[in-house]
Amino acid sequence: MAARVSRRSFLTTSLAAGGALIVGFGLDGVGRAGAQSIPDADRFLGKSLAPDMVDSMLAVQRDGSVTVFVGRVDVGTGARIALRQIVGEELDVPLERIAMIEGDTALTPDQGGTGGSYGVARGGVQLRRAAATARQALLGMGAQRLGRPAGDLEVADGVVRGKDGSGSVSYGELIGDRAFNLKVDAAATLKPADRFRFIGKSLPRPDVPEKVTGHHRYLHDLTLPSMLHARVIHPPAYGATLVSVDEASITGIGGARVVRIQSFLAVVAEREWDAVRAARALKAQWSAGTGLPDHAREFEAMRAAPVVRDQEIAKRGDLAALTAPPAGTRTLAATYRWPMQTHGSIGPSCSVADVRPDRVTVWSASQNVHGFQGTCARMLGVKRDRVRVIYMDGAGSYGANGADDAAAEAALLSKAVGRPVRVQWSRQEEHGLDPKGPAQLLELRGAVDKDGEVAAWETQAWLPISTANLPNTPLVSLDAAGIPQTQGRASGLIYQNVDPPYAMPNLSAVVHWVADAPLRTAPLRAPGKIANTFAVESFTDEIAALARVDPLEFRLRRLSNPRGVEVLKRVAARMGWQPRPSPRPVNRRAAVLTGRGLAYVHYKHEETIVAMGMEVAVERATGRIRVTRVVAAQDCGLVINPDCVQAQLEGNILQTLSRALHEEIVYDRDRVTTVDWASYPILTFPEVPKLELEVIQRLDQPPLGAGEAASTPVGAALANAVFDATGVRLRTVPFRPDRVKTALAGRS
Amino acid sequence: MAKLTLKVNGTRREVESDDPGTPLLYVLRGDLGLTGTHFGCGLAQCGACTVLVGGRAVRSCIAPASSVVGQEVVTIEGLGSPERPDPVQAAFIAEQAAQCGYCTAGMVMSARALLAQTPRPTEQQVREGLAGNLCRCGSHARVIRAVLRAAAATPRAR
Repeated sequence: MAARVSRRSFLTTSLAAGGALIVGFGLDGVGRAGAQSIPDADRFLGKSLAPDMVDSMLAVQRDGSVTVFVGRVDVGTGARIALRQIVGEELDVPLERIAMIEGDTALTPDQGGTGGSYGVARGGVQLRRAAATARQALLGMGAQRLGRPAGDLEVADGVVRGKDGSGSVSYGELIGDRAFNLKVDAAATLKPADRFRFIGKSLPRPDVPEKVTGHHRYLHDLTLPSMLHARVIHPPAYGATLVSVDEASITGIGGARVVRIQSFLAVVAEREWDAVRAARALKAQWSAGTGLPDHAREFEAMRAAPVVRDQEIAKRGDLAALTAPPAGTRTLAATYRWPMQTHGSIGPSCSVADVRPDRVTVWSASQNVHGFQGTCARMLGVKRDRVRVIYMDGAGSYGANGADDAAAEAALLSKAVGRPVRVQWSRQEEHGLDPKGPAQLLELRGAVDKDGEVAAWETQAWLPISTANLPNTPLVSLDAAGIPQTQGRASGLIYQNVDPPYAMPNLSAVVHWVADAPLRTAPLRAPGKIANTFAVESFTDEIAALARVDPLEFRLRRLSNPRGVEVLKRVAARMGWQPRPSPRPVNRRAAVLTGRGLAYVHYKHEETIVAMGMEVAVERATGRIRVTRVVAAQDCGLVINPDCVQAQLEGNILQTLSRALHEEIVYDRDRVTTVDWASYPILTFPEVPKLELEVIQRLDQPPLGAGEAASTPVGAALANAVFDATGVRLRTVPFRPDRVKTALAGRS
Repeated sequence: MAKLTLKVNGTRREVESDDPGTPLLYVLRGDLGLTGTHFGCGLAQCGACTVLVGGRAVRSCIAPASSVVGQEVVTIEGLGSPERPDPVQAAFIAEQAAQCGYCTAGMVMSARALLAQTPRPTEQQVREGLAGNLCRCGSHARVIRAVLRAAAATPRAR
């Protein structure tokens, strides 16, 4: 079963409501539905948190309203509506009767943090089973209460009633304010797709009206009674230690005062601007730093670094065609470089902490509040159950930005001053200090035999190794404050998709894990797979060009997955793809060169499938690339809320276009030097291409995740289009005009 | 402590400040509780803090509060509410033109300033009018549609 979901159907749905776009959400008994929690959440304290229990995820109140508890948080993705749609569907409850609490370590189950595109694919599936289990139980209770066999009963709009419409008892009467005490039944019957009321509908998100009117309360807007504002003064050079502080240098700035714990230096003040002023005015002496490596040699250093171990990702046949090519076999080698990049949250990291002798409360926009609960307990030397971490929406974080650093700093400062403390980083701190997506280096070799077949493919990737069982990414200020923490590195599953998704008899893909990277790293959207797919799908194009085969045909010939074939064919049809090898004949006199390219991904080889085509115009005189059109088709299985998936698709494409065209973290020997939007520019409105996106609905399939996959083909689709237009192959990101211009000049 | 009298969202508000350089943003958020305007960079680079001063889009993170005395300041809260959004906000809702939404208030304010100047902008004019507002989630295409929708929905001025 497959049906295309267009934006049009969403608009029709919205407009049908006569302009009243807020489907029943708003100020009602359960508070503002757009928020990440509810005003009286604490009445649920003591509830089950066991991930296998229905009660950990759901509660039914006396009035029949439902409260949902989820460890995976919304972060602007639409999970806040999609998860309600899932629960409303299985329990048959109107969505405005469903309240939701996200990411509160005292109230929500630990579902392993928010990431990996698993908000719906795993969190939603767990929730659906819990709701289906609850429905089964309610039918059983209803049967007892009504004195009728459960088989004669059904659920509808929050009541159990006879299938003939006779007799009815509400959920509130059956279970209101009491626990189910039931394990989630993985075999609980799920509602069949032909009876869906909510799943598959583009219902508007409850948080959007509040966000566009300034009524949404972000973490950054939280204030507590007697709270102090803090700014941390981070070392001016990497590894520098604090020698001395001139506390008198901030005398007279609104009562601001210094807090120092070894080399951890901060100022606190009643008013935020006074904290900012004081942090700027404070005079401090620092030692020299321990030094950063030479940024200009970053990739050479990766290539030369000692390899901790090799990991074979894929192996078929042999590489004889590469090592001893027979007559008529042509070989190709190419090196691809993706630089270190920042999460680039528009709002810098922030946190509010209230550390008291008997309990610790931290408000954070972290995508992993349960992870930080453990971190916080360790750093303060208290039991984990004394620490409560509560999620509040922040600026989009796309993985792990500086949220945990700011939260640790707020906790250290609150403990030191005995009052709640709010920490907010500056723009320069966010760009400079957030843990980065690591640089990635990939070398590919291929052989094409005399018949045009791929006789061998080899991928070698150099990536910084992740530390096994690392409890948390080391936090900048814990080292400064002399608080022990396990050192190491975590970057996410950055090794996936280094091997092509195509049928090839001889294939080797190896990751060379190197010991270190110049700066801290952390998961950044689709960790590693953006760079890996850039290399693999660019090289696929290079091989197709060597074989003089149309890039679409080259892929289709080697793809057996019918869902993969379908997305490629949809993109080709919509683009009006003209079969021919790349590059197109280049007009050497043209000032603007145009071309088209495509790329394909099967995310992690088992999740969402995306095909993406791009059209570009390259200005020869300036080297500027204008992306004029992006066409994509995505199959992510069951789609709960098509418009939210569409938004994720748009976001993946535009954010990664920004990364591919503009972004690179640069550092000198002391610190990161790309610390604002001038030195680290991102995509702006005039550059946004025309987007034509298709999301395939598969009502009979499990959901596969929409938050990351479509970011991965962007780099290659872009590079392939530029190659088609110019005959020049761009293998080093970002594709800035100066670099493109140089490459074009080298060609002519 | 110097007293400043500001006119914000149609109301006279008195605030105290011992620093004439205090940016308007900190006064709005800290003193007046108008937290819908957000800090993004403090460098007038991202537009998240945009408010209207005398009808023009101003970056409140660098504009001193003392510089707007006597002028009409409008923040995102001065436009509409979730229950009664203004036409630009309603268009953003119709297009679901926000993900994390942190930059959105600034976008709405820039759009208001643009539409005040150019009531029927072309798509290119919308893009240029929002060039100083950064979005990281990638909601750009929806924002452009929302501004065009708002323009189309507003009765032509006589």
